[in-house]
Amino acid sequence: MEKNESFTNMPDERGHFGPYGGIFVAETLMGALQELRQAYEKYLVDPVFLAELDADLQHYVGRPSPIYHAERLSRENGGAQIYLKREDLNHTGAHKVNNTIGQALLAKRMGKTRIIAETGAGQHGVATATVAARLGLECVVYMGEVDVARQEANVYRMRLLGTGVRSVCSGCRTLKDALNEAMRDWVATVDNTFYIIGTVAGPHPYPAMVRDFQTIIGREARQQIQDMTGSLPDALVACVGGGSNAIGLFHPFLDDKEVAIYGVEAAGEGLETGHHAAPLCAGDPGVLHGNRTYLMEDSDGQIIETHSISAGLDYPGVGPEHAWLKDMGRANYVAIDDQEALAAFHLLTRTEGIIPALESSHAVAYALQLAAGMRPDQKVLVNLSGRGDKDMHTVAAIEGIQI
Amino acid sequence: MSRISACFADLKNRGRTALLPFITAGDPHPDLTVGFMHDLVEAGADIIELGVPFSDPMADGPVIQRASERALKHHVSLRDVFGMVEAFRRTNEQTPVILMGYLNPIEVMGYEEFARSAAQAGVDGALTVDVPPEESHDLVQALRAEALDAVFLAAPTSHRQRLEMIADAASGFVYYVSLKGVTGSANLVLDEVAAKLKEIREVTDMPLGVGFGIKDAQMAAAMAKIADAVVVGSALVSRIEANISKPDKIGAELKQLLQEMRTAMDAN
Repeated sequence: MEKNESFTNMPDERGHFGPYGGIFVAETLMGALQELRQAYEKYLVDPVFLAELDADLQHYVGRPSPIYHAERLSRENGGAQIYLKREDLNHTGAHKVNNTIGQALLAKRMGKTRIIAETGAGQHGVATATVAARLGLECVVYMGEVDVARQEANVYRMRLLGTGVRSVCSGCRTLKDALNEAMRDWVATVDNTFYIIGTVAGPHPYPAMVRDFQTIIGREARQQIQDMTGSLPDALVACVGGGSNAIGLFHPFLDDKEVAIYGVEAAGEGLETGHHAAPLCAGDPGVLHGNRTYLMEDSDGQIIETHSISAGLDYPGVGPEHAWLKDMGRANYVAIDDQEALAAFHLLTRTEGIIPALESSHAVAYALQLAAGMRPDQKVLVNLSGRGDKDMHTVAAIEGIQI
Repeated sequence: MSRISACFADLKNRGRTALLPFITAGDPHPDLTVGFMHDLVEAGADIIELGVPFSDPMADGPVIQRASERALKHHVSLRDVFGMVEAFRRTNEQTPVILMGYLNPIEVMGYEEFARSAAQAGVDGALTVDVPPEESHDLVQALRAEALDAVFLAAPTSHRQRLEMIADAASGFVYYVSLKGVTGSANLVLDEVAAKLKEIREVTDMPLGVGFGIKDAQMAAAMAKIADAVVVGSALVSRIEANISKPDKIGAELKQLLQEMRTAMDAN
């Protein structure tokens, strides 16, 4: 790549981010992906579609979400000033809805009457069920049996919204298996069904399309922080499971070379234990779920089980654009373990009165470490991708409390 | 001429449609697979499709996923699968063997190493389910360098331009996926498959196999009238699954089902 070339013109026309991304699916899905690609390319430059999307983001989701100077947290921590992009204030409590609204509107334009999705923690499932209810679309969400058991409240939420939740009992019975099952549904139902993928992974055009729906985060934040402070931040921090909230924040800043970028993976019980969900930090490139990217895999190429306190980061792959940004050296990928994330969860809650999702707590934890080594006149912007209400049971259980 | 092409040429001379059974290597135990392969040949298999177990078989149904899970309990790797083919070849030099699986185990091994080891073991071709023609260039080059056939899928949704890409990339034969869950009578499905096969024949002279959803002898016989090869997978794997507790019986069960299909097909 030339020195002056932009980081924002990926993927290429075949959906590749350098060696990553692409379309690795069975022939049975190629027709559906082509139809989706055509619709995506058509409507993402269509002013009428974009106006409808903007109106929904404003009046239904509650955008723009504010940025907030976490003064007390910054003071207690010492070092750089920490700013939070408040995606936790969105309708349904996380950034996920930015994407599900976009894809559901696209589904309507394509004449699809049925929506399917996969979900791990249930946040993407709830965000999908929500927009399906709003648009009057039939909705089925696939969820691993293990996740159904540990995320009861979200399962009930989806059912209240009129969505059918299908428990998946194959494989590890978690997110990756739910994704496999959703793909199988799609193969048999492509005529009337739209598959809403919740992260920036999967076959092209999903990584690019989900990113485009999520960059509203970074576009807003880039303007807001300049309005508030007069300049760009010194660093961006966001957690990375599949990586949709992170790419949404990072992408509009990629060509601001003076802004350092940090993606935070889940180190689980510690990278050295092997029990983690950090493919960028400790995995190898491979092919899974339709794209080439960094994966958690064994020496035979089998996908291995991941571990994280946060169900939303519990995924063995990662979006291909992150894989490319890592190799290009434009973004740094680091890892935060369960204990560090929990400590940040408590600290933010007590100093600012903001209860973050456990996913976002990973980003907060790394931002604290980073800021501590910086000057007080410097700024770290953290994507607070979701609120922690959904994690009450998990955190309480760790403290031995039954709620 | 590859062993696969020679096989199809020979069958054509004899007016016979190829029967391609699929089983997953290592299901339910790695020690049983080679024996099953010989059983299948005895029962009338012309080509054997051997599944390479993968943790995330996205394009397969639950029956074949469970077969993968059973094999992976014994940590069956790509190298183990090569070992099984090598053992099979000690007493069978003529029946072509195709590996069917997903890209990641091959990606981790390396394309050249995969092709070299497969050829050495006596493998004749590979069908990598999650590699469409668009992403196949390097893999196909590696396979061709070792004179292995690259088998590709075609689907009801593959339009003319895609069929041409598939025909360009493929060798040996083209595997047409007759989608599961299609409503209507068996005849209607058959007519649709026949129409699509005709379309595929406009872009290639390669033999055409039909698979996915062929459950019994009647269906196999019907497909044999319009295709050059009939692939049967889940129906066989279900027999394996049903007899997990009596592994001695599995070979006979597989033979029985395949013989029924063979007889019905040959009566056409």
